[in-house]
Amino acid sequence: MIELIWLIPLIPLLGFVVNGLGRNYLPKKLIAIIGCGAVLTSFIISIALFSEVYQDRLAGGDGQIFKNYFDWFTVGNLNVSFSFLIDPLSSIMLLIVTGIGFLIHLYSVSYMSHDDGFGKFFAYLNLFIFFMLLLVLGSNYLIMFIGWEGVGLCSYLLIGFWYKNGSFASAAKKAFVMNRIGDLGFLLAVFFILDTFGSLEFSTVFSQATGMTSGDSTLLLITILLFIGASGKSAQIPLFTWLPDAMAGPTPVSALIHAATMVTAGIYMIARSNILFTLSPITMQLIAVIGIATALVAAFIAITQNDIKKVLAYSTVSQLGYMFLGLGVGAFTGAFFHVITHAFFKALLFLGAGSVIHAMSNEQDMRNMGGLKKALPITYVTMLIGTIAIAGIPPLSGFFSKDEILAHAFFANPVLWGLGLLAAFFTAFYMFRLLYLTFFGKFRGTEAQQSHLHESPWQMTVPLIILAILAIGGGLLNVPEALHGNHWLASFLQPVFADSQAIATPFHLSHETEYILMAVSALAAIAMAIFAYRKYVSNNEIPKADGEETGALYNLSYKKLYIDELYDKVIVQPLNAASRFLYKVVDKSLIDGLVNGIGSFFVFSGKGIRQLQSGYVTFYIFMMVLGVIAIMLYGLLYS
Amino acid sequence: MGTIVEQIQGIPLNHYLIFCSVIFAIGVIGVLIRRNVIIIMMSIELMLNSVNLLLAAFSAYHGDASGQVFVFFIMALAAAEVAVGLAIVIMVYRNTKSIDIDSLNKLRW
Amino acid sequence: MSIFYFVAFLSIFFALMTIFTKNPVHSVLYLVITFFTFTVHYILLNAQFLAVVNFIVYMGAIMVLFLFVLMLLNLNKDTEPMKSTIVKIMGTVAGMCLLVTFLGAFRVIEVNNEAITPHANIGLVKNLGQVLFKDFLLPFELSSILLLTAMVGAVLLAKKDTNKA
Repeated sequence: MIELIWLIPLIPLLGFVVNGLGRNYLPKKLIAIIGCGAVLTSFIISIALFSEVYQDRLAGGDGQIFKNYFDWFTVGNLNVSFSFLIDPLSSIMLLIVTGIGFLIHLYSVSYMSHDDGFGKFFAYLNLFIFFMLLLVLGSNYLIMFIGWEGVGLCSYLLIGFWYKNGSFASAAKKAFVMNRIGDLGFLLAVFFILDTFGSLEFSTVFSQATGMTSGDSTLLLITILLFIGASGKSAQIPLFTWLPDAMAGPTPVSALIHAATMVTAGIYMIARSNILFTLSPITMQLIAVIGIATALVAAFIAITQNDIKKVLAYSTVSQLGYMFLGLGVGAFTGAFFHVITHAFFKALLFLGAGSVIHAMSNEQDMRNMGGLKKALPITYVTMLIGTIAIAGIPPLSGFFSKDEILAHAFFANPVLWGLGLLAAFFTAFYMFRLLYLTFFGKFRGTEAQQSHLHESPWQMTVPLIILAILAIGGGLLNVPEALHGNHWLASFLQPVFADSQAIATPFHLSHETEYILMAVSALAAIAMAIFAYRKYVSNNEIPKADGEETGALYNLSYKKLYIDELYDKVIVQPLNAASRFLYKVVDKSLIDGLVNGIGSFFVFSGKGIRQLQSGYVTFYIFMMVLGVIAIMLYGLLYS
Repeated sequence: MGTIVEQIQGIPLNHYLIFCSVIFAIGVIGVLIRRNVIIIMMSIELMLNSVNLLLAAFSAYHGDASGQVFVFFIMALAAAEVAVGLAIVIMVYRNTKSIDIDSLNKLRW
Repeated sequence: MSIFYFVAFLSIFFALMTIFTKNPVHSVLYLVITFFTFTVHYILLNAQFLAVVNFIVYMGAIMVLFLFVLMLLNLNKDTEPMKSTIVKIMGTVAGMCLLVTFLGAFRVIEVNNEAITPHANIGLVKNLGQVLFKDFLLPFELSSILLLTAMVGAVLLAKKDTNKA
């Protein structure tokens, strides 16, 4: 299987080429088969690869496979090779990307079946998978950066998939620009890494970094820049506003790119570079603070949103905040565990939302839904599972992963734990609010929508069911010792984080404390579920229509804390003003003036000089005489 | 003849140079200050002749007949020039009823 | 010896008269006199054949041609166009500058100031003919073609345009 590693990214690339070129000629069925088949093949190879890594780990090895394909370029002392690194971390990530990617491809076959851009859509999806695999597989920062940029591009293309809608296109631009800001940080970090370590290979960099002292200022700079990159890609404060807008793309895209895979690239990258971060505690604290702040802010906003996808988008931002909190407090395994479970249940929730939207004829406002339980039984059940999972109610997957992060947070600083718990309260509330508003109560949509209600076809429900099963069982990957588990994931990933664990303070909480923490968070989630039930089902409350009088706090949340407006005022408008200034003053008068000035200078001087061509022969002769005199004088004086 | 030839002996070559330069400069001035095309052509003849004389002086000074041969060529050239030039003047006069050189200023921007 | 300076003075005087006389016919006549003084110079330089040719061709043929054209066009003092004073002054100054430059150049190149000793036979027809037809045969033939061309050209230019009329 090791020989086939290169096929993993290559097959989706081939799928992209074939679908991209034949998007207008191939029949839809063939496009679907190519698109899904490519990802499925990669998935199968990934499984085989994973089993190989797993065997190696069982045998006591570190599970690393390094494959060097060719030297990309050599400049001076820098040699960048095109090589792949498979280790426990990337092998799991491979499974997530290709596995969930395949399910979402399958889902898209039905979801996008009526769309004109069917072929284009699958081409983009395959391209995205290709870049994501490159990001995951790369054995140095440069290959990772290629994938990093590539997924950003695909994200842009897919958010703006319905580019004829102006606001969708600007959402795509917003995502792209915000990502670029982060990417700049990443790129600078890569340069600094090159300058400091003289290499971009993970193995070289990390082994050198292990010898450095904790709190090194260069490391601090590198990690801060890397974190800026991660916060752009993974939608953290202050670069998170693009993700909710990214919901303009088709729902499968939101599920694949903006929930399960691409947005976790930042976490993957930090987990990959964990040793650098462990050695700079300041950055770790910063990550923890930013993470928890993002989790809280996004959860707070999500409470009052009425667009089903917007709720899920803010939920994603919030969960990503959790993951960063986990990274910040040194729970690398926990953060990555949350990446896995989040990929399961958030993809599930998005696909479920897509199913609802599909059934409701593209209605996304929850105020116009309700009572869909009967019409969409499979969707309802799976969405319910997803909601319970994300809310953190045991024994579903979200509980375990969130609990691990919270436990580490408690160990690091109880205040972080408290805030995390608050965010968990919010999470449980808005998720159950979403569920109740959508599936309970009476139908609030139009007649036409009601008559059209239908359960989705098998291509859509099968992925839902599979994901639901994963969302239920995903938590078993890493059951803590306190619950008589064996921390399978932690021990599997051990070689990746070994160096960091050697440095960091060992995590230790008594089992009693862990029990209490678990009980508190589980009870909190259940309490919020009941509270939401009373509010939205028993009392039949419906969120207020736009323009109605609302409380200040509600308004603040509903208006997304005015962050977009703030950015507009603080960044966009000054930039616009500066651009106008540059355009009107610098460009128009200065640069244009310069260019036109040069032109008119020659026009005017030409007008002046052409007076010499008077047509009077005498004048010419006069000049000739002067010329002769001048030449002779020159000869006299300088020879 | 002999006495005349003796007369010339003792004139430095430099004086011929100065004398011919003066005549040449007079020719230049004539070109510059007159508007009559024919007079301008005459001034040119003046310049040509000053050069002729100088060539003859050099020829005598070096005892080399080539200088005098050059003078013949210059004369032939001058004759050709005058013939063509005067023909042009006549044509110009026919067309413009003037031989003012400043009336020939059409050839410009 | 003083004959040279006297004749040179006459030459310069009549040359100046040539360019400063308003009446073009008088100008031509002054030029003829100037050329006559040149002929004298040629004789003084022992270039007898040149003197004869200058006398016949220049004074006789070319200057008469000038005079002929002037009279043909019926030009006299009244129709003479004159330049403004400032142009005249400027032209004169420029010419003077040229002269000064020439003189300066002569000082720099330091011409051998030895007196001229003309060779007795060099200017005779026999001598010149030998040089002309031995060393300068090709230029001589070429100049004959030049003269022929000039003649044809002059005739073509000056004749009345019968085709168009």
